[in-house]
Amino acid sequence: MSETVIRFDHVTKSYPLYHHVTSGFKNLVLNLPKAIRELRQTQFTALNDINFEIHRGESVAFIGRNGAGKSTTLGLIAGVLRPTKGQVTVQGRVSPLLELGGGFHPDLSGLENIQLNGVILGLSRKQVAERTQKIIEFSELGEFINQPVRTYSSGMMARLGFSVVANLDPEILLIDEVLAVGDKAFQTKCLEKMKEFKKAGVTIILVSHSARDVEFLCDRAIWIENHHYARTGPAPQF
Amino acid sequence: MRHGSYRDLTIELLRKELRVRYKHLSLGYLWSVANPLAYALLYYIVFALILQVKTPNYPVFLIVGLFPWQWINNSIAVGPMTFFGNGPLIKKTLFPRFLIPFVVVLQDLIHFIATLPIIFAALALYKIKIGWPLVWGLPLLLIVQFIIAYALNLMIASINLFFRDLERILALFMTFLFYLTPVLYDESLIPEPYRKLILFHPLAPLMINWRNIFMKNTFDWKFLASSTIWAVGLLGLAQFIYKKLEWRFAEVL
Repeated sequence: MSETVIRFDHVTKSYPLYHHVTSGFKNLVLNLPKAIRELRQTQFTALNDINFEIHRGESVAFIGRNGAGKSTTLGLIAGVLRPTKGQVTVQGRVSPLLELGGGFHPDLSGLENIQLNGVILGLSRKQVAERTQKIIEFSELGEFINQPVRTYSSGMMARLGFSVVANLDPEILLIDEVLAVGDKAFQTKCLEKMKEFKKAGVTIILVSHSARDVEFLCDRAIWIENHHYARTGPAPQF
Repeated sequence: MRHGSYRDLTIELLRKELRVRYKHLSLGYLWSVANPLAYALLYYIVFALILQVKTPNYPVFLIVGLFPWQWINNSIAVGPMTFFGNGPLIKKTLFPRFLIPFVVVLQDLIHFIATLPIIFAALALYKIKIGWPLVWGLPLLLIVQFIIAYALNLMIASINLFFRDLERILALFMTFLFYLTPVLYDESLIPEPYRKLILFHPLAPLMINWRNIFMKNTFDWKFLASSTIWAVGLLGLAQFIYKKLEWRFAEVL
């Protein structure tokens, strides 16, 4: 088997429930000991003692019900979240597409967002400039590319988001359910593109509720159930 | 891992800030000039015409003080929004977060430099000659004020994610700070036992130096030392707070 690019080693992620702090200064001061105690106690465990490894070039789907902890897992891989316990090891540049319109500024045009997101994803301005035309063509957004993103429909947003990460040399691609809103034609186009990546040895991690997509693309699936790692197996079993 | 450099990232983030800031405004840059000038007029009416303050060349005195003040005030006032207003970016992408406050303050610095011609025009209008202290004074003050503004913006931006009341407290605090800093009045008007405290004031030595390099052709190194100590201290504190809180930004946004 090829080298491990992502490793979760006894990873637990819990969030304190922050609403006690946001309830205001007066409450905080008046009930300080109580507030601190509550803050410590009201933890929400999104992931509990998760272990898995993903190897270079694998295509893996995360499957589970809403709120099971899939998005938290992707957040941890992307590095925007930090585990409470355990260790997450990632080798390679991660291109995350974590949420519809995530990382896009609503007031900037599609084109301006491409430029900004390109460098945020780790490329140089020159590299981004070289690929801009390709990104616009892939997105099929045409004239809309110069319109502010806030005027986009969710399908157009998905087009822009995928086009950016797909044309900037991903090493590890994280896709979180964002393709579901695109039209059939574009979904197929994205799947074809990911298939290409797969052939080229890109590691692909997908969160999807579409059995068709998972079966089409993924070698195996990892089931997350109720914040726990449940099992892994070949994708068709899904 | 990164092909691109921090420099490229800074450039693109700065372009984003500049674009977003003026996206809905047709007059753009004009506002960063019009605002302090309008206040200068207001203070002139109140203090020179009504309260009869005898400071010579008072209109220029106000302009020279209000432009640097506008910069530091802006950098502090937008602090609560620096991270909060960039939620999607912080939640969904990974890059050094401190670059956001950095470009926010960089943008304020650029605006301040762009307003310098107005200051020089006002000085020329009142036939005030500028001299050598400006040559070393200006860059030094720009650097020190940039560090102070960045440190405060970073600190406020970080804390505000966890304690949203900060925004309210801040508005009040800035009003206090403004009137307790010699911008509207000359420091010589402060009665003696209190005047000694100026040296320990976080912004007064800076503001006095700004005014003096333009209007009096003097530059007080003792004041610069005081400002520098504040700058270094605030930067250290801001860095400490940011390091403590940074990893939870994506969780609370």
